[in-house]
Amino acid sequence: MSSALVHNHPSGPGRSGQEFAHDIRPGMANPVMDCQAVFRALLLTMSRPGTIATLGRRLAPPAPLTPAAAAVFLTLADMDTPVWLGDAATPELCTYLRFHCGCPIVREPGRAAFALVADGRRLPELDGFAAGHQEYPERSATLVLQVTGFDTASGVRLTGPGVNGETVLGVDGLSPGFWPAFMDNHSRFPLGYDAILCSEDEIAALPRSVRVEV
Amino acid sequence: MSLLDDALLDDALLDDAMMPGAAAFLAEKPAATVDRAATDAGARISTASQNAAQTTAQAAPERDAQYNYAYLDEQTKRMIRRAVLKAVAVPGYQVPFAGREMPMPYGWGTGGIQLSASILGPDDVFKVIDQGADDTTNAVSIRKFFVRTTGVRTTESTAEASVIQTRHRIPETPLTEDQIMVYQVPIPEPLRWMEPRESETRTMHALEEYGVMHVRLYEDIARHGRIATNFMYPVLVNGRYVMSPSPIPKFDNPKLDRSPALHLFGAGREKRIYAVPPYTEVRSLDFEDHPFEVEKWDECCGLCGATDSYLDEVILDDAGGRMFVCSDTDHCAARRAAGHVGPMAARRDLKELADRTAAE
Amino acid sequence: MYVAVKGGERAIDNAHRLLDAERRGAPDVPEIGVEQIAEQLSLAVDRVMTEGSLYDRDLAALAVKQARGDLVEAVFLLRAFRTTLPRLAVSTPIDTASMRVRRRVSATFKDIPGGQVLGPTFDYTHRLLDFTLTGAGRDGHPLDGPPATAPATNAPHVRDENDDADEAAAPPRVMDILARQGLVFEERPEDGRAVGDLTRDPLGFPAARDVRLQNLARGDEGFLLALGYSTQRGFGDNHPFAGEIRMGELAVAIAPEELGFEVEIGDVTVTECEMVNAFKGSKTEPPRFTRGYGLTFGFCERKAMAMALVDRALMARELGEELDAPSRDEEFVLYHSDNVEASGFVQHLKLPHYVDFQADLVMVRAMRAEIARREAAGKDSGTADAADADTFNDGDAR
Repeated sequence: MSSALVHNHPSGPGRSGQEFAHDIRPGMANPVMDCQAVFRALLLTMSRPGTIATLGRRLAPPAPLTPAAAAVFLTLADMDTPVWLGDAATPELCTYLRFHCGCPIVREPGRAAFALVADGRRLPELDGFAAGHQEYPERSATLVLQVTGFDTASGVRLTGPGVNGETVLGVDGLSPGFWPAFMDNHSRFPLGYDAILCSEDEIAALPRSVRVEV
Repeated sequence: MSLLDDALLDDALLDDAMMPGAAAFLAEKPAATVDRAATDAGARISTASQNAAQTTAQAAPERDAQYNYAYLDEQTKRMIRRAVLKAVAVPGYQVPFAGREMPMPYGWGTGGIQLSASILGPDDVFKVIDQGADDTTNAVSIRKFFVRTTGVRTTESTAEASVIQTRHRIPETPLTEDQIMVYQVPIPEPLRWMEPRESETRTMHALEEYGVMHVRLYEDIARHGRIATNFMYPVLVNGRYVMSPSPIPKFDNPKLDRSPALHLFGAGREKRIYAVPPYTEVRSLDFEDHPFEVEKWDECCGLCGATDSYLDEVILDDAGGRMFVCSDTDHCAARRAAGHVGPMAARRDLKELADRTAAE
Repeated sequence: MYVAVKGGERAIDNAHRLLDAERRGAPDVPEIGVEQIAEQLSLAVDRVMTEGSLYDRDLAALAVKQARGDLVEAVFLLRAFRTTLPRLAVSTPIDTASMRVRRRVSATFKDIPGGQVLGPTFDYTHRLLDFTLTGAGRDGHPLDGPPATAPATNAPHVRDENDDADEAAAPPRVMDILARQGLVFEERPEDGRAVGDLTRDPLGFPAARDVRLQNLARGDEGFLLALGYSTQRGFGDNHPFAGEIRMGELAVAIAPEELGFEVEIGDVTVTECEMVNAFKGSKTEPPRFTRGYGLTFGFCERKAMAMALVDRALMARELGEELDAPSRDEEFVLYHSDNVEASGFVQHLKLPHYVDFQADLVMVRAMRAEIARREAAGKDSGTADAADADTFNDGDAR
């Protein structure tokens, strides 16, 4: 893993000079191809709940962002997607995401297109995130939940679109309260948020369409 | 690896706009092995590995570095990728997206092209069909475009492809979990023929007000004794959204139901993306007393003798002479290669047709 | 004889070669240059920039050349190129009151502060073919001496720096004079809402005016012309007056956050039209004038005027007017204004559709066979069997 810090890039996107007083950790070495690969992993996991994709530790983002979660943000977030960081909104992390993604950082959870839950064991109020409207259910948040690991041998049972019959997903470092909350989320389909679970180097996804049984 | 070298040119452009030039972290490539149990018991998959086993597809050609990789700028790809993920999360719902003008006209598959441009990568093997055939002019043109802008490997074999862009057909060869179908969609709204207003149809979807669709189908039955919709036949996805499967013949509708592949639909002009995830219920609308049924032919394919594939009619002369051949050229060629012979295969005047549809 | 509806790579390549030969025309005629198009077919270039939504004279001229003069095709070329460009900055709003006008007319007042400037207009030309332009005649020279207030050329960059007339102070907008008297419906931006952008968010309904204007600015001139015309003939009467039409140059600026001040990045030529429309008032609004707005790149006066008429027509919903005319139906107007979309979808009908046609063919044959069977059963003659009906169908499957 590269831990090198590079000095701010003089021709980066428009931010105030003061913010660039920080050293900013590097983004993707090859944004075009790396984003493509990460997106395919996201597409794979979102369309096949229970599947775990390995992203590797290709990024060295500021704490508490994991390399996998950082890859998700750098692939999907930009100036059109407000990002909510909760209490993970350290100046260093805000600068990192603003610099690499150009995304606005917002305080109100309801405005966020992407929301970081830095520690899956300490959940914020999940009902506060946008669930879309009946006419536009896609105008909903995507949660990026950081967890510690995955298990395909035991865990919750998943059924629904993307799952052949049923499958099992075990998640370490995730509050048990998440599952009932996600069941409630599923019950309001087609409304609801979607979740991308990220460990240090792996991701799994839970679209609102998937049914969970504990 | 030449693809990566070429891609560095993109970096040079992007660096100035968005990204800092940073220490290379590509040193840590993702593992290239598939550690995949059966899907019903969970699976671990590494990103760069899915097509490691491709063998007979064409070698990766050089891409034209004058253009962005896959033509689109990265911001556009991100916008499309976000829409795709939401489309997957709400199966059958049409996600609006800010579709771009592509270098092909609207109506030529710009929706599918934008989807393919946003998903294709160096590990993919790409197949393009139009009317089921790899050699129809527009399929050739789209394939060339992606070879030029991505250097992607291409194939005519359904089994070898990881991404299949299609207009009007689903291949006869059963799809697999490792495949993504990309559909070109002219009119994504299944209710459009009954209600031209977007604001109205959007509300109908929101309220699951699909009675008008059933009425229309039933009017057919009352008037003609059968449902007279033969392509773009509406389906109900995951029990929630009525969806147009694009102008595929209804013959192909059953292939969507619980398909192991991911199906992505792109309507460029109408600016909508929608999806059917793998193993999702896709039910063709019908009535108890008039169950859904597909086209049948009395004839078989004149070249390969297939009796279970979708057949195109070929007019042979001015006197009403005609024959039927598989619409899926890859399917037909593979059958002939395996020794199947249709009743017209030996006719010398049809040699050109047979050659055109033969494997390379 | 068997005719395949298929083609291959070679057919496409050959078609491209033929197309290029046609574009070039007779080889003994000198090839037209991109500069010649930019300078001498400047109105074509202006239209292509406007509807192509990209201000670049050279690229637009190239598109016109490559499209063999087909302007809708040229618009398409420019749009497709636009797709590849990253969005580096967003300009600050341009202020047309600061325009260095080359043309400026008002139909609502005889005299206006700053005066009327005819500029390079076709308006009072007699549409008589000028045979002196056929080559030998005037030897390429323009008519004698540019008039003092209106430079004869449409290319600002070749203007004489010493020409005082060019420095004429930017005259105030006629509508602003009326607005200051409270006679014009006041338009204010909605608080906190960013200006919409169709290239980032697809069209949704109801569409706000900013999005409508963007759609119309990119829209097909012919479509807007016909719709605008229809409002004058009673299909949604707007009582329009041309409050002001102005054309000229103004500066475009960006304000990068890290700099904290504006930087001018260049000049553009634009045409602006403000239509004044009488509004008789409603329960909540006193009688006043409303404003239809048109703005184009370059000199596209007809388009700007038509756009202003349609813009005003589309305000019907907000003003509580009847939605009784095509020009007032925003879904109808906004969904069908774009000539790149329209041209593509109309022309895609020439792509092969034989799979779907086959599906209909199978059904029509089956239905006719069934009818024939029923008739035969009715007559109890047994002569018209399904096979006969099938043969009978061949000629008229459509």
